Amino acid sequence: MTTPSLTIDLCGIKLSNPTVLPSGFLGTSKSLLKRVADSGAGAATIKSVSFEAREGHKNPTVIPFEAGLLNAVGYSNPGAEETAREFTNLEDLSIPVIASVIGTEAGDFVRVVDKLSASGFSAIELPLSCPHTPGFGLLAGQGTPESTKEIVSAVRKATKLPIFVKLSPNIPEIGNLAKAAEDAGANAITAVNTLGPGMIINIEARNPVLSYRVGGVSGQALRPIATRCVYDIYEAVKIPIIGTGGISTGRHAIEMIMAGATAIGVGTGIYERGIDIFQKICREIETWMSENNFNSIDEMTGIAHE
Amino acid sequence: MSKGFEQPVMMKIDKIISESDDAKSFMFRHNIDYKPGQFIMVWLPGIDEKPFAVSYSGDDFFGITVLERGKSTKHMHGMGVGEQLGIRGPFGHGFSIPDNIKDGSGNACVIGGGCGMASLSVLIESLQDNNTTILTGATTKTTLLFKNRYKDITIFTDDGSEGTKGYPTNSLEDLHKENSYNIIYTCGPEIMMSKVYEFCKKHNIQCEASLERYMKCGIGICGQCVCDGQMVCKDGPVFDSQALDNMSDFGNYSLLKSGKRVSLKEYGEWRGC
Repeated sequence: MTTPSLTIDLCGIKLSNPTVLPSGFLGTSKSLLKRVADSGAGAATIKSVSFEAREGHKNPTVIPFEAGLLNAVGYSNPGAEETAREFTNLEDLSIPVIASVIGTEAGDFVRVVDKLSASGFSAIELPLSCPHTPGFGLLAGQGTPESTKEIVSAVRKATKLPIFVKLSPNIPEIGNLAKAAEDAGANAITAVNTLGPGMIINIEARNPVLSYRVGGVSGQALRPIATRCVYDIYEAVKIPIIGTGGISTGRHAIEMIMAGATAIGVGTGIYERGIDIFQKICREIETWMSENNFNSIDEMTGIAHE
Repeated sequence: MSKGFEQPVMMKIDKIISESDDAKSFMFRHNIDYKPGQFIMVWLPGIDEKPFAVSYSGDDFFGITVLERGKSTKHMHGMGVGEQLGIRGPFGHGFSIPDNIKDGSGNACVIGGGCGMASLSVLIESLQDNNTTILTGATTKTTLLFKNRYKDITIFTDDGSEGTKGYPTNSLEDLHKENSYNIIYTCGPEIMMSKVYEFCKKHNIQCEASLERYMKCGIGICGQCVCDGQMVCKDGPVFDSQALDNMSDFGNYSLLKSGKRVSLKEYGEWRGC
């Protein structure tokens, strides 16, 4: 029996396996990305970067609960110039690195993309879907087909790199939104961002735990919703999907791939299983594929639709 | 491995101890599964959440020692017995005690600088009967922590107002000749810890240092407290010589709240310590 291949082609980017580190986890430095690469990830996304530096929300910013994490970090980042300085010579890393770029207006995204142009990023991701940061994502109205088109078109003119658009699970007609991104020149869809916002109250303190009071829901609670979103998007577009939301085992990953994902994001699972979750998931995928006579990820992508 | 309290648990302040000019300890009648060197996150609802070392630990109590610095520590200093703080944790990787220290055949040295003593105090208690040298340093007499808590403690102050004038690291060479240490534990200003690390490297002594970085999640996922690929909240805060060998940011750089990587000097000015 031959060992199944985990390699994928994600809009022209070659990945040794389908696991991707999503933005917001560990992507603060090149040294941590190296660690993520050494832990078996197929690709990694840096922490979202705005043109100017941002301190984000006050602590507490992240809080675990029984079905995942609630977070409102608030896009803390050192700004485009510092980010370009931190992430130089990305070719040194063994995996492709994706730049997550944020802005309030279409022009902001373009200015950040311009600053990062010499760093060696493999793709640009536009998270038009954050549920808990004023001026960005859903709170800036970026989750509509019109706004998505405007921002993607502007960035399309500014870069030759593949563009991933990260969508919110809150959007009822998510297929239409994905189609708008595709029509405007996006090369892949990342689905999904965190759900919500949600709230956790400490009843003894009589106070929401997060300083911002509300935050995005990730992890197990999000997974069935994320899987359905990927399923819907697969029906609506031809471009590949990075299925993200609550994946912490090989079985979860395969489920997402069968719903239509080419690659899969693994973030909250790092808290559950440690940083080497990427290796663990890959081994689990491989074992299942061997037992079930699959030779490639491609053979499994979208087969739940047949 | 236990994840401790994943969400903050509100605990009543049971006792408050005045430790120095600007330090108070807050005691809680609770058991936490704590190993020396680990830390807890302390939440002040509506104000902030910050990491603290556990500076007192027993079967049915624990305590933290808080220096009055910024907004939240000022608020804590104004709190009284019976008021509540939210505690999650303990988190992180603590100190290790090698067999030759446990069985009394080897010698250990503990070097604390300023509020770094709070991270070392429970370790010192567990080492007291094991041929341990305890050195502590502070800027001046009134900021010394725990000087009366241990049987033998050698005191240093920058201004000479108590103990020997100068830094604890100045006497290391002589002390090592006398005691030939197997391990040196340290927590304090990073410039001091990096001197201790260099000394240990030169003399082939095992070193364990407890690092401080601005933290957000405390659980190893956000990347805010990164130090050369290591997460201080999860892989540390205690790192041994072998780990420190690969951490070029140690003694040199740290991240501001935005994630901007700056010199320790600039970081220290921002943190006010």
